[in-house]
Amino acid sequence: MSDGTLMPPVNDERDHIQGPPSAPVTLVEYGDYQCSYCGMAYPIVKSLQRALGDQLRFVFRNFPLRDSHPNAEHAAEAAESAAAQGSFWEMHDTLYENQEQLDDSDLVAYAKELGLDPAQLARDLEDGTYAARVREDFRSGVRSGVNGTPTFFVNGVRYDEGWNDPDQFLRALQSVAAST
Amino acid sequence: MASGTTQQHTGILQAGTPAPEFTLHSTPDQTLALSELRGRPVVLAFYPADWSPVCGDEVALFNAVLPDLQELGAEMIGISVDGVWCHAAFARARNLHFPLLADFEPKGAVARQYGVYREADGVTERALFVVDENGSIAWSYLSPMGVNPGADGVLRALEELRGKRDSSSTDGTTERRPSPSGDRGAGSEVRA
Repeated sequence: MSDGTLMPPVNDERDHIQGPPSAPVTLVEYGDYQCSYCGMAYPIVKSLQRALGDQLRFVFRNFPLRDSHPNAEHAAEAAESAAAQGSFWEMHDTLYENQEQLDDSDLVAYAKELGLDPAQLARDLEDGTYAARVREDFRSGVRSGVNGTPTFFVNGVRYDEGWNDPDQFLRALQSVAAST
Repeated sequence: MASGTTQQHTGILQAGTPAPEFTLHSTPDQTLALSELRGRPVVLAFYPADWSPVCGDEVALFNAVLPDLQELGAEMIGISVDGVWCHAAFARARNLHFPLLADFEPKGAVARQYGVYREADGVTERALFVVDENGSIAWSYLSPMGVNPGADGVLRALEELRGKRDSSSTDGTTERRPSPSGDRGAGSEVRA
């Protein structure tokens, strides 16, 4: 149904991005920190990043399905709070490496482990400081045709070929890199 | 997947067709009629079965998008051939905030009227309808069985309806009834 086009496009100011702007391939993931499939995708994305190096730019946007995953919303807000303290990716990785422990006290503890201000993170969760930002990501995902988590976009087009075969995923990205 | 069976129904009802009226059980002791919702847009999501993995994703997605649908003044309804007790357990397990209707007896009768029943499989197609405030189908979409259709098409259709309402709000034919979710006044535009 969807034309499967990423809206809005990747924005250097707003998005969380790994990899150089000059990379020929931009991979965007809409993910939920408590979703087990996203947990399975996490090491696959890491392997793609290792294999493609400077050829790949990776972007993560939030898509918490809060009624299915009660901790997903606060986990997403915690990552955004960490981002405000300069440590989005450290928190992102920590959350995916500890998917079974994502209640509020865990999130605050991770902030401490990462050398962030845990009280600030706790306040941000309490106040919902980043709830609007997370919702904005969610809405952009719905508009772009996200129909479950994780959903990936490659250079702005939804990738429907199946992400769970890492070799196939890598070949797909390599062929995009070669043709760009 | 029995792809050859899709020819057996007469085809999904298209935009401009009056939405067939129905009354179905939403809980063991309650029914819901489509006409009860006249005056605001209704999203009808037909899906093959409670508990199947793709349906689970689909209802979880619509559940999460529900605040945006409500902001656009719409009611959300899921329909499958599952019975009321099955729906009740499924809705509880998935923490759903919209009603699931049981097209259970006679089985699939409503799905047939909408042209989205799969005779060979005994389940409904995966199909979406947006019914406007006057009871006409404004938009419909038939999804491949195994694919969660997403919610972007529904949102676009609802926004178009709102655009029409706003541009004709002086002719008296589009009186707004407040939705249960409250006001949908200025400033509630869902941004792309």
